[in-house]
Amino acid sequence: MQLPPDDDESSPPSGAAASLVPAEREFTVEQRSQWKTTVHRFTRHRPAMVSSVVFVLLMLFAFVGPSFWKYRFDQVLKKPAGANADWIRPSWEHPFGISKGYDVFAQVMRGTQYSIRIALVVTVVSVGLGVFVGAIAGYFRGFTDAVLMRFTDLMLVIPYLAAVAALQRNVKGSTWLWLALFLAFFGWMGIARVIRGEFLSLREKEFVEAARSVGASAPRIIFRHILPNTLGPIIVNATLAVGGAVLAEAALSFLGLGVKPPDTSLGKIIEVGKSKATTYPNEFWWPVLMLCLISLTINFIGDGLRDAFDPKQNRVRA
Amino acid sequence: MLFFVIRRVLVSIPLLLLASIVAFILVVNTGDPIEDLRTKPNVPKATIALREHQLGLDKPVVERYVTWLGKAVHGDFGKTIKNKPVWAEVSRSMGVTLRLVLFASIVSILVGVLIGVISAVKQYSWFDHGATTGAFLLYSLPVLAVGSFLKYVLAIRFNRWIGRGDNPLIKTIGESTPNFCTKSKPYNCGFIPSVTDFLSHAFLPMLTLVLISFAGYARFSRAAMLETLNADYVRTARAKGLSERRVIVKHAFRNALTTIATIVSLDFGALIGGAILTETIFEWHGMGRVLVESINKIDPNLLLCWFFVTAVAVIVFNLVADFAYAFLDPRIRLD
Repeated sequence: MQLPPDDDESSPPSGAAASLVPAEREFTVEQRSQWKTTVHRFTRHRPAMVSSVVFVLLMLFAFVGPSFWKYRFDQVLKKPAGANADWIRPSWEHPFGISKGYDVFAQVMRGTQYSIRIALVVTVVSVGLGVFVGAIAGYFRGFTDAVLMRFTDLMLVIPYLAAVAALQRNVKGSTWLWLALFLAFFGWMGIARVIRGEFLSLREKEFVEAARSVGASAPRIIFRHILPNTLGPIIVNATLAVGGAVLAEAALSFLGLGVKPPDTSLGKIIEVGKSKATTYPNEFWWPVLMLCLISLTINFIGDGLRDAFDPKQNRVRA
Repeated sequence: MLFFVIRRVLVSIPLLLLASIVAFILVVNTGDPIEDLRTKPNVPKATIALREHQLGLDKPVVERYVTWLGKAVHGDFGKTIKNKPVWAEVSRSMGVTLRLVLFASIVSILVGVLIGVISAVKQYSWFDHGATTGAFLLYSLPVLAVGSFLKYVLAIRFNRWIGRGDNPLIKTIGESTPNFCTKSKPYNCGFIPSVTDFLSHAFLPMLTLVLISFAGYARFSRAAMLETLNADYVRTARAKGLSERRVIVKHAFRNALTTIATIVSLDFGALIGGAILTETIFEWHGMGRVLVESINKIDPNLLLCWFFVTAVAVIVFNLVADFAYAFLDPRIRLD
């Protein structure tokens, strides 16, 4: 996992020596835009690239797959005449086998789709909330900061899976969207802290002072001047939030406190299949495997993005 | 240091009070505890009203909160919907969970920090590459997958393989053998049999928790250690001619400890969450079970107590983190 450090950064470890590096760069390295270097660094992170490809395939599997697959998730299959007990085992016809008359491949496709859908809603809402709170706290400092950060501390005291489960109990009808919103509402605090830190340091920079001196308003400074500079941490945290949300949702549904039928998710399929984990393993292990795959790929992508956005971390990265 | 401690403790009291308000709001919105009674046909109105009165549902929410808080500060957390004392139930399950979580935390901190420090000292060696890769994989895997794999794939097969399928050596269900120590089996009541019984039950859940949490500690310790190893004062220490061992232990590691200590205690809240799943997989009757049951059956007092106890645990461990940080780094105490 450990990348060799970039060529032009391997030698000077201390801050004083590092300031010499840009001067050398002017004539040894051709000029690249920041985005170009970021993309370049990301494409050189091999696990992240492989994971990106796998993740795109997973998305296709979840969102496009069901329209092409010959079995529907709710289609009950009959045991063919003359077949032996092995007919439920994985085969070319049913790659993940059959459980209780259902084609597990179709079930897992639909579950993955719901899981990713929930995770995307959670990520958009929680990152939005976190960036908003963090930006305001970090930019205005003082009393605003104190109030918002004490509120963040308070939200961190309540175990968030339990809080979401408690609220989710009362939801009737379609449950997945509510679950996603609850997870987002109790899951923005980490990002808010990171963004606050970024804002606290960036607001003291010269370009912010320059913007303020020409009379830019607070919203303009926040959105046009500082926020674009925090895009790196935002993207990294959003990526990791997708993985966290998939796992949180799976955990809740596994406990029987998450989505309810007619909705489904990987966690829900695992919950239904867990009592037969040893006797009819198909329904249990395939979604578990899918869960691992999503979590691993997203963590690798997040790792690669972190390296790409913040090469300084390379030296001390875990 | 004493003033620092006192101030920190005083600050956490309003935090706990606010947390109890949030918990109360959550519990009120969990659902109607007597929904069954209301939806059942032919239940006389008087019965419903009586039950409402028993549970205090006929009073306004604020009054209910104040009544609850007034009793709670005296240690009375009320009765469950089955009319059993809440505190007995919660304290018993907290004991079960804490046994698991504390043991698992200690092991994973020791293992994680040790691995992290070694891989930082031997950066880019085969050990470092192996440990970093392994830690990353374990860090990314869901608890659910690790626990289920250990239980169904490894433990059950292992027990069968050593020929103890019926009386497994590594227990996969529950936190202790039911009716283990009774009058008919007095030989089981000694210290050694009960410890062995606990260990054979706790082995798998502990292993699960250790596997998922040590990886995080290893990653953080490695990062913290690398940072201090590259610091100027470590170079100075080497330049003075100190032995490498002394440089690493006294100069680099002591300073890395400050970062590690905060992460360790802040993770405790997350560990309780992880323990809910682990307990469910291995069917332990701990806090996880209490949470799931109190939500499923909509048991307001039980759920409130659950939230309260976990909030206290999180706050206490945050305090411990602060104290550890202040103890290890005197600069913190000044602000």
